[in-house]
Amino acid sequence: MELICPAGTPAAFHEAVDAGADAVYCGFRDETNARNFPGLNFSREELKEAIAYAKTKGCETFVALNTFMRAGAEEIWYRGAADAIACGADALILADFGLMAHVAEKYPDQRLHVSVQASASNPDAINFLVDTFNAKRVVLPRTLTIADIARIGKSIRCEMEVFVFGGLCVMAEGRCSLSSYATGKSPNMNGVCSPASHVHYRKHGRDLVSELGEFTINRFPEGEAAGYPTLCKGRFDIADAKGYAFEDPVSLDVMGELEALKAAGVSALKIEGRQRGKAYVAEVVKVMKAAVNSPPERRGALLARLHSMSEGQKTTSGAYEKRWR
Amino acid sequence: MQLIPPLLTRPLNAVPLVVIERICRLMFRRIGTAHPGLFERLGEHRTKRFAFLPTDVPLSFVVEPASETISVSRKTSDVTADAVTEAPLFMLLALMEGRCDADALFFSRDLSVTGDMEAMLAMRNALDASNIDLSKDLARLAGPFAPMAGRVIGEIRNRALRGEAASWN
Ligand code: SF4
Repeated sequence: MELICPAGTPAAFHEAVDAGADAVYCGFRDETNARNFPGLNFSREELKEAIAYAKTKGCETFVALNTFMRAGAEEIWYRGAADAIACGADALILADFGLMAHVAEKYPDQRLHVSVQASASNPDAINFLVDTFNAKRVVLPRTLTIADIARIGKSIRCEMEVFVFGGLCVMAEGRCSLSSYATGKSPNMNGVCSPASHVHYRKHGRDLVSELGEFTINRFPEGEAAGYPTLCKGRFDIADAKGYAFEDPVSLDVMGELEALKAAGVSALKIEGRQRGKAYVAEVVKVMKAAVNSPPERRGALLARLHSMSEGQKTTSGAYEKRWR
Repeated sequence: MQLIPPLLTRPLNAVPLVVIERICRLMFRRIGTAHPGLFERLGEHRTKRFAFLPTDVPLSFVVEPASETISVSRKTSDVTADAVTEAPLFMLLALMEGRCDADALFFSRDLSVTGDMEAMLAMRNALDASNIDLSKDLARLAGPFAPMAGRVIGEIRNRALRGEAASWN
């Protein structure tokens, strides 16, 4: 199975390639990509150089243009697609049907992948994208069980890629409005969930308090591992209970289910983390590559090395194994 | 986590601030020369003031990318900055070189950030993208002794990072 690895900067891109990525995914430094964080991402020139480097090592590059086009500003996304293709991208990862239609029509030979942001989560939706836009691969949302994936795999006409490690988006992606509700900005339209511009950390005694806009997301007592200030992983007072409403601060790790994913027909394993540093990318790609090539009984020990780098210093297999709370 | 023992930091109180600052400015300029595009990724945040407070050293450092300056003060005085990062010194240096992941250090509570998060995120990403290598960049300051200085700095860094890796795993 292919290992698809994240890169937010050219330095992280090189680390991913050198650590054995089969493909690296990345995006431009603008609102066309769902990781539009300050100081992150690639200029046209940087992307061109990165792709050229990857090609010398036999590694592919997927360019994510996976936000939804703003009405009247479609040109930004069209230019992004044209430039990514000119730079030599092996595949474009797209979420917006209009952009898919544009790419399918103007660049019929360009390989097109359906982003997780498109939230295509049943055979009818996926086959529609295959038949209409010639999509070659779908990145499945992290809301499906492995049994769901196996059922989908039997009736679709393209490859399946699934997230196996890294940050956990627990809602139907591309449809989550929690960040919009709190800040007016979302990953879907602006490329940022819980944007840094609305995040505040303050110390309260020995506690660390995280706030997003006008909402307190969490209060971590001294010594407790911290998490990102996302609403889906906030700790709230709900009626008589205090606790996590949707999910704990935790990262995804479904590598323990590799054989089941293979049997379900998954052809590519995706690592989340374009916003993480190059040290993280280097370590995670190295360990994941070793894990993919190891017998199942050795994987646990290898992956344990990554727990402390994960959100909340914990990992979960998420919806792949469990039903919604 | 590798902390600098107080025995080693206490003498810093006796060294005049102006001397410490001059050395820091020299090092800062050296890094700037070696990485001319260092702050390009900061964009609109280039005009902000970034404070770095090592938790194990009695000094604070404030970087102003717009004027490419660094100022040093004693911890006893307040720092005025748009964004503040606090962590042990070796971690701050490792972050500067991109040898540690800032999010992982935040999760483990070894690093804390306050103030303008956008600005600090941009700074973090700019540093991570820059390929700074202190053992190479600073060794040149030692003139003919550069190779030896590079080896010494590299060895100190590797020892500190080994301590860091041990705490990660
Ligand atoms: S709030 Fe949570 S589920 Fe929603 S987009 Fe952000 S990370 Fe994903």
